Amino acid sequence: MKVHEYQAKEIFAQYGVPIPPGKIISQEEKAEAAAKEIGGNIWAVKAQVHAGGRGKAGGVKIAKNIEEVKKFVSEILGMRLITHQTGDAGKIVKKVYLEGGVAIQTEFYLGIVLDRTLEKPVMITSTEGGMEIEKVAEKNPEKIIKIAIDPLTGFQNFHARKLAFGLKLTKEQQREFSKFASTLYKVYLETDASLIEINPLVLTQENNFIALDAKINFDDNALFRHPEIIKLRDLDEEEPSEIEAKKFNLSYVKLDGNVGCMVNGAGLAMSTMDIIKYYQGEPANFLDVGGNASAETVAKGFDIILRDPNVKAIFINIFGGIVRCDRIANGILEATQKTEVAVPLIVRLDGTNSEKAAQILKNAKIKNIIYASNLADGAQKAVIAAKGEQK
Amino acid sequence: MSILVNKNSRVIVQGFTGKEGSFHAQQCLDFGTKIVGGVTPGKGGKIHLGKPVFNTVAEAKKETAANVSLIFVPPSFAADAVMEAAESEIEVIVCITEGIPTSDMMLAKKFCKEQNVRLIGPNCPGIISAEEAKVGIMPGFVFKKGKIGLISKSGTLTYEAANQVVEAGFGITTAIGIGGDPIIGSSFVDLLKLFAEDDETKAVVMIGEIGGDMEIQAAKFIKEEFHKPVVAFIAGQTAPKGKRMGHAGAIIAGSKGTAREKMKALEKAGVTVTESPADIGKSVKKIMARP
Repeated sequence: MKVHEYQAKEIFAQYGVPIPPGKIISQEEKAEAAAKEIGGNIWAVKAQVHAGGRGKAGGVKIAKNIEEVKKFVSEILGMRLITHQTGDAGKIVKKVYLEGGVAIQTEFYLGIVLDRTLEKPVMITSTEGGMEIEKVAEKNPEKIIKIAIDPLTGFQNFHARKLAFGLKLTKEQQREFSKFASTLYKVYLETDASLIEINPLVLTQENNFIALDAKINFDDNALFRHPEIIKLRDLDEEEPSEIEAKKFNLSYVKLDGNVGCMVNGAGLAMSTMDIIKYYQGEPANFLDVGGNASAETVAKGFDIILRDPNVKAIFINIFGGIVRCDRIANGILEATQKTEVAVPLIVRLDGTNSEKAAQILKNAKIKNIIYASNLADGAQKAVIAAKGEQK
Repeated sequence: MSILVNKNSRVIVQGFTGKEGSFHAQQCLDFGTKIVGGVTPGKGGKIHLGKPVFNTVAEAKKETAANVSLIFVPPSFAADAVMEAAESEIEVIVCITEGIPTSDMMLAKKFCKEQNVRLIGPNCPGIISAEEAKVGIMPGFVFKKGKIGLISKSGTLTYEAANQVVEAGFGITTAIGIGGDPIIGSSFVDLLKLFAEDDETKAVVMIGEIGGDMEIQAAKFIKEEFHKPVVAFIAGQTAPKGKRMGHAGAIIAGSKGTAREKMKALEKAGVTVTESPADIGKSVKKIMARP
């Protein structure tokens, strides 16, 4: 789960990770009062959306007086922000974060992420603050300093020293850095984060470290023990059909093609997308109906897939194991009686009780239904049907 | 022959009396798996599905001499269950549970290593050795006996692959679903090592997916040390970046973990990589026809 910068900073503040003073604003009339309350004579006005690249897209502005604060807040609030991470549709900015200026000495990068190969969290730092870390890793790998943290030892002083020496910090700065880094690790551990990124991490002219930016992603599997984090979820940032799907334990990801897919199992669902592409079609979605698919979930699946106006055919690809095919067949039957499915329905049911399922569907005489004997056959028929070339 | 589990494996089920545990334990019994008991804290002393229930794994092991455990405990308690089994030195621990926090698994896996026990999963369909034992949730009838080993990150795609292998005229020795989480107990390499030692397994099918670099490590291992033919398919060639595709581990981070990258590495290692998931059976037929 992702959260906004201002929410990540609230979490930082709770743990004592230093952040600049700031205020969240969703109405432009509040801008002036907020700026005055923060104080100082320079402010950053930052769009709050779940996407990187805000600065380049015009979502972050520096205001040098109250008039500019008001101007920028009014410009950014409500704007459609298009960054390399939002896609062409962009995102409407509903909140801006107004932040007091900081006297910067140097900018760094600091992050913590799970290294799947080492199976440990790694803390990553670099002198190239403010740059995209992936690009630094590619072009100047020597400027990246990494340490793996064993969950048994936790974050120790030697970890901090290794990073601090790498950054060529002075002794006094090292002490500050060590405190900052160990607190950040505590945040990572205690909130079950999967990623924390501070870019840039700023060393102020007073030799203090402060998080100028903040990004935290959380492990979805651990949210059950963090009710306070679940509350931070911003549904405006998520695809409505994906939220709806989640309510019914369906795993759905919207894509741009025209062949709707309904599959049991994540791996088979991914490879169903792959095989559609293999036959020169474009999948409209990833949809895993899971191991407990019932008539209700199948019906809901149709409902969600058909909300996408691009869908020209639906490929139902089920390999029955624990999920019995006859149950899916009844689900299809019930769903087509409830919701009108106007597009061709390509059905491939294999595995447990597949013959019984075929019989159920044949007896029902559902219109628009096309049977497929196996995976390849189904994918080909679905692609052809979506192109409108069906017999 | 087979790897990991066979007809002599003595299996206990943790989360035995729960809905999932009961259902699948019965299915395993019907398959012929030697289930010797189960563990549900607080229900010790009862009989369930005709087998004794114990409060702790230690007790279960003492009474039944179990050497394999199959875990159906809910995600918030599953890592604890894995560690309990590891503490009792259960040799093979199979964790089916989906949705375990990564930080819990990090510790549980470390502990399994320390105890020198093998963990399969979590978030996996388990292990099946054809005609011997099913320690998992796969539909047993698909896995006809033969010469092909199968290692997969996915569930249903494993059944699909096994079905294709069988329809191509071959069968399975052992099939293992290793799981779709970021941290899993056993990797492709771990299991390739076991298949290398198993005379009955003549070739291996490997089903990977996007995310992480386990397939890249497998490619390296195959190139250097594994001498049996391998067929591979990587799911998620068309998956968008940064989106979790069902499995917690199936996510492309930056430019890492793409299907293309993995397919290339495997091809370079001499593996027969299929573009289409429908060609797994055909590819097995092709490599088995080689002299």
